[in-house]
Amino acid sequence: MPWDELRPLLWTALQETFHMVGWTTLFTVLLGLPIGVLLVLTDKGGLLRDSRIANAFGLPVNKILGFVVNVGRSFPFLILMIVLIPFTRWVMGLFGTATSIGTDAMIVPLTVGAVPFFARLAETAIREVDRGLVEAAQAMGASVTTIVRKVLVREALPSLVAALTTTVIALIGYSAMAGVIGGGGLGDLAVRYGYRSFDNRTMLVTVLVLVVVVQAVQLVGDFLSRRLSHR
Amino acid sequence: MIRTTGLTKVFRTRDREVTALDDVDLRVAEGEIFGVLGRSGAGKSTLIRCVNLLERPTSGTVEVGGRELTGLSASALRAERRRIGMVFQHFNLLSSRDVAGNVAVPLEVAGVGRRERKRKVAELLDLVGLAGHANAYPAQLSGGQKQRVGIARALGNDPRVLLCDEATSALDPETTRSILALLKDLRAELGLTILLITHEMDVVKSICDSAALMEDGRVVESGSVTDLLTRPDSRLARDMFPLAATAPGRGSTVLEITFRGAETAQPFVSTLARTYNVDVNILGAAVETVGGRQVGRMRLALDGVFEDNVVPIGYLREQGLQVDVVQDTGSAAANGGRLHVVEGGAPDLDEPADPLTTPATPATAVDAARKEA
Repeated sequence: MPWDELRPLLWTALQETFHMVGWTTLFTVLLGLPIGVLLVLTDKGGLLRDSRIANAFGLPVNKILGFVVNVGRSFPFLILMIVLIPFTRWVMGLFGTATSIGTDAMIVPLTVGAVPFFARLAETAIREVDRGLVEAAQAMGASVTTIVRKVLVREALPSLVAALTTTVIALIGYSAMAGVIGGGGLGDLAVRYGYRSFDNRTMLVTVLVLVVVVQAVQLVGDFLSRRLSHR
Repeated sequence: MIRTTGLTKVFRTRDREVTALDDVDLRVAEGEIFGVLGRSGAGKSTLIRCVNLLERPTSGTVEVGGRELTGLSASALRAERRRIGMVFQHFNLLSSRDVAGNVAVPLEVAGVGRRERKRKVAELLDLVGLAGHANAYPAQLSGGQKQRVGIARALGNDPRVLLCDEATSALDPETTRSILALLKDLRAELGLTILLITHEMDVVKSICDSAALMEDGRVVESGSVTDLLTRPDSRLARDMFPLAATAPGRGSTVLEITFRGAETAQPFVSTLARTYNVDVNILGAAVETVGGRQVGRMRLALDGVFEDNVVPIGYLREQGLQVDVVQDTGSAAANGGRLHVVEGGAPDLDEPADPLTTPATPATAVDAARKEA
């Protein structure tokens, strides 16, 4: 494909990738971070270990949550995407159009795939926060909510940003499969033109753009993480 | 101000139980600096953590400022904790916040408004001598400076009580002294009651009014520091003023002299030698200034058997010194006995005290036993 034709396609595909990854990242943080925090709080020695939250309905919340997260992480993304088609249609229905195809619809399985991934990374990051800091806050009379906000999440922020960087890069990879359910993006471009039409140039250019995007994400992530850390 | 009653804490692991605190009754009076001394594993850390219920005692009660804490609801306990400052061995400062930010945390927790917070933080930093470091991050500070931030933070909500959990144990001796001086100043300035735990005798010696010695979860000794140090059977005194076990030559009398207060101002050793014309040999001595008074122990050897030295010993007692005759190689020791004379009491010259009933200090008991063997 000549460059003049490829350029607008590439530009649209890039925007679609950003669209998918951007929204998914937002939802992943909103859902994954609380799950990560909850995994730490309800675990042995956690602040909510003996509370009603940790034993809701007499069930060990930590165990169940951990199991669900592991199930979520054990699906190959391609299969997860297909299995989730009815769920995707239902969720999209909540936002107006009940569809399971297209770039917007892709955000649903991407989020479902990324939340457990990020939740685990967030859990690890939060666990790294020195117990002494939590104790100091407790000794000041801080509530659990305050400790989560001002101590756990704030102190883990550099690590959380690093975890999010890893998640976003994984998402760019997952989003390349959007073509399977009729979504767009750079991956779809590479598959349709580069692979199915034997257009090596398109393939090469797409791959190069992906490399640049991933590098840029990593650079920004590292920079932010460093800026936030005062260790 | 702080009162624990029957405080017991048992840690249960899968296959065994560890009793960290065993029926501890602690009384800390208002405005005093109370030191809990003990080796690691003695339970002192658990004790201080039980005072603000960072650790829940298995049984017993904790009262701070007249309020019983163990029965409080979670939110009432949080409110009480705001009135109890705590300082930690490893400072526990938030690395993500600068000095001013760290000191502001307890104020934020208590819901103090932004402007008032700013004013209070500046005041606190001034109080601990860190006014110029408000915008430094903990990673840029020295250990002593970090602890000053920790202390400023602990004072955020004007507590009446300050708990110091090994607050100087991670610091070098000089920094330790400056932090202790700060604590002492703060007590004077703010009328704080300070409970501190430490494994360093020096800390107790330099700032504590009262102390308790812990061992295996129990308080084995407690009282005012000057009293403890001048009691001949006190473990604390023995630890602070270690006198080598000296075996004197035959025909000499070894005295252990414990003194406190003003007596040390008098040159009693030289007076003794001059007035009674006896040869005095100093075998060992340790003198410290505790709470502005000189206290210490000294071991002297006087020439001649006990009977020869009755008069000089009487002179020493008259000076208000506590004199214990460790061994009399002439008569008492030969009978397998040891004289222990309590201050002010009449020396019992004819009958050597029974070593089993006498409250013998361990080291001298060992001395006597060694002598017999």
